[in-house]
Amino acid sequence: MRAGIVSYGAYIPRYRIKPEEIGKVWGEDGVARGKGLGIISKSVPSPDEDVITIAVEAARNALKRADIDPQDIGAIYSGSESHPYAVKPTSTVVAEAIMAAPDLTAADYEFACKAGTAALQNVLGLVESDMIKYGIAIGADTSQGAPGDPLEYSASAGGAAFLVGKEKVIARINGIYSYTTDTPDFWRREGQPYPSHGGRFTGEPAYFRHVMTAARKMMEKMGVGPEDYTHVVLHQPNGKFPRRAAKKLGFTDEQVETGLLTPRIGNTYSGAVPLGLSAVLDISKPGDRILAVSFGSGAGSDAFDIAVTDEMENFNRNAAPLISEMVENEVFIDYATYVKYRGKIRRKGD
Amino acid sequence: MNMPRFWREIQGRYNLIGSRCGNCGDYFFPKRDICPKCHRKSIGKMDAVKLGGSGKIVSYTVVHDAHPEYSDMKPYVMAIIELDEGVRLTSQIVDCSPEEVRTGMRVRATFRKLAEDGKEGVIFYGYKFRPE
Ligand SMILES: [Zn+2]
Repeated sequence: MRAGIVSYGAYIPRYRIKPEEIGKVWGEDGVARGKGLGIISKSVPSPDEDVITIAVEAARNALKRADIDPQDIGAIYSGSESHPYAVKPTSTVVAEAIMAAPDLTAADYEFACKAGTAALQNVLGLVESDMIKYGIAIGADTSQGAPGDPLEYSASAGGAAFLVGKEKVIARINGIYSYTTDTPDFWRREGQPYPSHGGRFTGEPAYFRHVMTAARKMMEKMGVGPEDYTHVVLHQPNGKFPRRAAKKLGFTDEQVETGLLTPRIGNTYSGAVPLGLSAVLDISKPGDRILAVSFGSGAGSDAFDIAVTDEMENFNRNAAPLISEMVENEVFIDYATYVKYRGKIRRKGD
Repeated sequence: MNMPRFWREIQGRYNLIGSRCGNCGDYFFPKRDICPKCHRKSIGKMDAVKLGGSGKIVSYTVVHDAHPEYSDMKPYVMAIIELDEGVRLTSQIVDCSPEEVRTGMRVRATFRKLAEDGKEGVIFYGYKFRPE
């Protein structure tokens, strides 16, 4: 494929909450809960942040690192399960806010936590077929668990954007593979504020089956094995699942470490693999090979075999904040502030 | 917030599009059709420009008695910011506590939710500033 990643940018809100702070309120051992999930803190959006603001900041950061005219962007697709509007695409605001409007196509994608990688596949297709010169794919979420639900320990906020083109490609896409089944492991009915999930049983038939099958078939398709990759980025609903899946697939801890952000920022849903991949690109050198596999409940996985090119030497990654800088730039809040910020307090008129 | 008016001002609110006088070189925000210094000489010479979004706090105030739209963030800081182009504008300062704010502090534009027309209405987005 000649279409590849020309630039990328990310955004992680600054506020954090710790599991012990959440556990305290619900009469649970938050420290133990956090340990069980492999999470020491999760990101929380400010009351004036949502998927649209996160998507805009990520897309702007991607453009800061690229020397292109935004008017050459022919498509913007944003994947999320927490778009602020049920009807009115996030991507329309992004297009206007990066001055790419009006000569382009824009749409939003939904597929639980893999909506961002679905967007990336579609933008790659449009660029590869020369229907557009450049396209932007975004994965972002500000997901919520119901108060007291185990998801509350992990559901967080963040996102990343990828600028796709054929010129000055810093990360080439060697191949793509997707695996999709009808598995009701996690869902949210229209109009319901919080998602429902199938509890513990969802791990094996849902996350592990889809992620591991997609990873194996991707490697089979390319004729390579785990040892051929510098980094592996797997969907990370918690800090434990991706480590366990990677180990079963034959990857080492070192291959997993850079792209694993959930322990510090929580599960950013559609933002998870895009952010993990951004963290890897932040430190990548020409010749590095990356396997990225997303997972979306419902269920499906998208795998990407990615090669970092020589163009990475000329890439100005310091023109926008690095993932490590955004992860470190944290302010901790208590549970009361958290529920206020997340709009979980019922007020007069609600 | 009035929706038609906001919609007309989207480029200013989203992308800090201001004007530059082709006669004297001064920058303005929001956009202007005529330079207040050059008057007639500036007619037809006012170019739309995207301001860089970096600047410093000239003065500020901590708001305790907040507008209902902003009550979740109180106390918060409203500041007059001078952009590097010399233009001044008023904005909320986010991502830092009132104690951290100083006159002369470098700030940078960020994209945030400004207001929403209730639970069912439109959401207004635009610039706010945060520490650089
Ligand atoms: Zn003038």
